[in-house]
Amino acid sequence: MTRLVGDLEVAEDAVQEACAAAVAQWPAAGFPASPRAWLVGVARHKALDHLRREAARQAKEVAATAELGPGRADTAPGVADEATDDDQLGLIFMCCHPALSLAAQTALTLRSICGLRTAEIAAAFLVPEPTMAQRLVRAKRKITQAGIAMRMPPAADVPARLAAVLRVIFLVFTEGHMATSGQALVRDELCDRALRLARELTRLLPGQPEVTGLLALILLTDARRSARVGAAGEPVQLADQDRGRWDRAMIDEGRTLVETALAAGAPGPYQLRAAIAACHGDAASADDTDWRQIVALYDELLRYEPTPVVAANRAAAVAMADGPAEGLRLLRDLAADEALASWPPLHVAIAELHRQRGDASAALSAYQAALELGVPEAQRTFIRHRMRGLKS
Amino acid sequence: MRYLFLLYGTSPLPEPGTPEHTAMYADYATAVQTMAEAGVLVSCAPLQPASASTTVRVRDGQTLLTDGPAAELKEQFGGYTLVECADLDEALRWAARMPAASDGMVEVRPVITAGAPT
Repeated sequence: MTRLVGDLEVAEDAVQEACAAAVAQWPAAGFPASPRAWLVGVARHKALDHLRREAARQAKEVAATAELGPGRADTAPGVADEATDDDQLGLIFMCCHPALSLAAQTALTLRSICGLRTAEIAAAFLVPEPTMAQRLVRAKRKITQAGIAMRMPPAADVPARLAAVLRVIFLVFTEGHMATSGQALVRDELCDRALRLARELTRLLPGQPEVTGLLALILLTDARRSARVGAAGEPVQLADQDRGRWDRAMIDEGRTLVETALAAGAPGPYQLRAAIAACHGDAASADDTDWRQIVALYDELLRYEPTPVVAANRAAAVAMADGPAEGLRLLRDLAADEALASWPPLHVAIAELHRQRGDASAALSAYQAALELGVPEAQRTFIRHRMRGLKS
Repeated sequence: MRYLFLLYGTSPLPEPGTPEHTAMYADYATAVQTMAEAGVLVSCAPLQPASASTTVRVRDGQTLLTDGPAAELKEQFGGYTLVECADLDEALRWAARMPAASDGMVEVRPVITAGAPT
């Protein structure tokens, strides 16, 4: 008993109580099949009652911690002591617990770890502030009510739980990266926070190739930040970007990181995406890009993420390597799937390839299809710009 | 902390007396035994099917009875397990070992206990 419970006094009290309970209950219920096992079971259970009251007090502290704003991930990396790192990891894994919805995980991470104000988070995700405030309140309530602990999960659970953390950080980054105008300031903030958090995670969890892979991916993608937006705030496609405006230091750092990560021999989606981004980073122009290498990387990525998005991106790479007709063939196969037929980016991709082949009318109808299905404002501007170019 | 597992099986549940029914009970007995030995089990029981339920409502002083469950669900709510665990992760690990988790689903609902924070 003391092995399990640890506190000798508590253990002795618990056994006394269990015996009293047994004497009271047995005559009515009949002797249990295995009295000793039952006794030990109930004794542990009663000891846990006592510990539960202790845990309740601690849970209150955890909830209070979750109320706090900036965590250490938000400050400059400095000398870190063991206890604080454990707390930081515990907080990250708590905020990104799968028992919370992805929206809740993301909001909590931005609030409790990155220290963004509720108004800033609301603006970043284009929801009203009261909605975001409610989302945070509900998430914290769930943590307390359901007893989500603030600590690193056991080793066996780490891979799955880590995937959730990486997903949140990457989601924050892509939210920031996709914006091109309007909320530009808030969106830059998201990219910065995601980058800082990814860095902090590599420090807290060294020797995890996917964590390194995520940092590499963010660096390599963020390196293109200045070139992504045109003078009028319109999005500039990768092929058209002024590569002189790419941040070379970030690209070099990202490339080194992904090479190191892949050398560990445990590839994964973030490392593979980073490798693809590194191929772009190394190329002087779209034509100079090693598209076959990118296709091979997408082949690998599809094994980990067999999704239509990855398949469509692969098709775009195939088009660059083997010509638009090949890419179109693959995209049309994807479009045959009912679920994908109403996915606007697929039609944009098809339109782009028709445009490259010189088939203006096919391109126009594909762009139109995308518009009718509904796309974000910045994309609509881009599509209309393309359509105007084809009609002239 | 206490958690109630609401065990949902696929419909229909095996008929009593069939080999499938015996096997199901054996699976549950094993799962429950393991939980008892680990000291997390507080209480558990299978339930008669929802068709055996009677639903009670009192409105304007009138007691209204209906034959059947409170909510008609595709899945059969067939049993419950009450556990005492340190935190949600521990409860979820045990829930995953219930046979219902593999064929149907298990809802893990925290129990409000006196003295626990809300």
